[in-house]
Amino acid sequence: MKKEFYNIAKLVTQNSKILDVGCGNGELMKYITENISKDIRGIELSKSNVQKCVEKGLTVIEGNAEKDLRQFPDSSFDFVILSQTLQAFLDPENVLNELLRIGKKAIVSIPNFGHWKVRLHLLLKGTMPVTKNLPNEWFNTPNLHMCTIKDFENYCKERDIKINLKNLKFHNFFSELGIFILEK
Amino acid sequence: MNKFKDIKKIIVEKPLKLDCGQTINNYPLAYETYGKLNGDRSNAIMIFHALTGDQFASGINPITKKDGWWNYALGPGKAIDTDKYFVIASNVIGGCMGSFGPSDINPDTKKPYGTNFPVITINDMVNAQYNLLDYFKIEKLFSVIGGSMGGMQVLQFVSNFPNKALTAIPIACTASHSAQNIALNELGRQSIMADRNWQDGFYEEQNKQPDKGLAVARMAAHITYLSKAGLQEKFGRKLQERDDLKFSFDADFQIESYLRYQGSVFVDRFDANSYLYITRAMDYFDLTKKFGGNLSKAFEKSDTKFFIISFTSDWLYPTSENRDIVIALNAIGKNVGFVEISSDKGHDSFLLDVPDFLNTVKYFLNTSYEQIK
Repeated sequence: MKKEFYNIAKLVTQNSKILDVGCGNGELMKYITENISKDIRGIELSKSNVQKCVEKGLTVIEGNAEKDLRQFPDSSFDFVILSQTLQAFLDPENVLNELLRIGKKAIVSIPNFGHWKVRLHLLLKGTMPVTKNLPNEWFNTPNLHMCTIKDFENYCKERDIKINLKNLKFHNFFSELGIFILEK
Repeated sequence: MNKFKDIKKIIVEKPLKLDCGQTINNYPLAYETYGKLNGDRSNAIMIFHALTGDQFASGINPITKKDGWWNYALGPGKAIDTDKYFVIASNVIGGCMGSFGPSDINPDTKKPYGTNFPVITINDMVNAQYNLLDYFKIEKLFSVIGGSMGGMQVLQFVSNFPNKALTAIPIACTASHSAQNIALNELGRQSIMADRNWQDGFYEEQNKQPDKGLAVARMAAHITYLSKAGLQEKFGRKLQERDDLKFSFDADFQIESYLRYQGSVFVDRFDANSYLYITRAMDYFDLTKKFGGNLSKAFEKSDTKFFIISFTSDWLYPTSENRDIVIALNAIGKNVGFVEISSDKGHDSFLLDVPDFLNTVKYFLNTSYEQIK
């Protein structure tokens, strides 16, 4: 399992009610189900990923987070997880608002466009950065709204979204990934 | 009915007040079971059949000698594994496979009820079938499962008996019958009624059968169970045992011949009045009605874990209508999974060999069962 998932799993509490938005093939959900809380479900857009979740015996709702989060009532989950998907939405601001509405806490991870490798790539090569966390070329990337850790922090500050840092240290220059716990 | 003398049935003594206002009692409810009930009676599944189904879901139907309607899904080692689960299937009231229906003899007139049979609803069907839980002394079902009208019964069952099923799998269904579906059902009913042999519903006492009307109803309905892409792929413009068009109204095309065949075999196994009554029950189905249009309220008291399944090419009970049920359940924080299966086989997908669908049912049941053991 990805190291990121262990880090996210550390942030949710025992037997809490969790929604994994864009749960992919269910790897993180399975780990959380087996180790932390059985009260977890996911939303996933891709049919093949939905089938993989079903095969793992996970509760999954096939759907599109941009439209389908609105059906959940306010504060219906203790945690809502969004792993490296925010930048791929057409309207990330709306999704973020929905996460904070339906979750008491939102755990959001973003690929950091401010990482030194990314900066160096653009500076030296003059082409769009391709790294381990950002493996696609400019013409086929699903990432519509890239940002840096600093951008995201500024965004939250402007909107009074509380960033609960917990034990994480964010380094805009050295982290390829930012993981945040957010509260409205 | 003589031909039903060897099939399993219970006579329900407890009076049932129907939605139409009439009360029935001492009525037959025909059923079949598959698999074995375990010691603590925790492995029971109730399955509900669709419009023209019956209690013989698996194996060979002893009356029609045809394959059971859910042979792909139900049996030893299959998605609904009868080596593991005890499955109860019954014939809905209004049906024609041994349960109380319009061809039963009215004790007052000593003649078949015909159209004097009371109009029944999905709610009535489910309330009648609930008696089987008492009969088998089952406190809580492990699951309730059904497709199409069977799915509507699943929804109604959970709404009526919110703590009687641990899990529920409504498949390719709706919580409220659409105008399009009412229209299609009305087409079928009018076709039957237009047959001179229908005789206002009293054809049996005159030894007549509205076979032509019933066959046309089936042909029209059968088209709605398929998809345009599926029809095109299977039949296209292929001709039936001929090299060129005959310039007549013979069945030139394979699709015509196929539909005529479907109509002709249907009349041998199904009763025209049952077709009227059951389609009416579907049309009257609107689970939101009792709850001021709010579907969520129908499930408020339920602790059932849902898994809802739809099919991409099903235009009769499209994904959007299945998704409405998911939305209603999510809105009140209930446990629900949802999958739309890719299939070009139309509404009929749930009856056919669609591996993604069958696997979905299997995985959901097996993991849910492990959690209670």
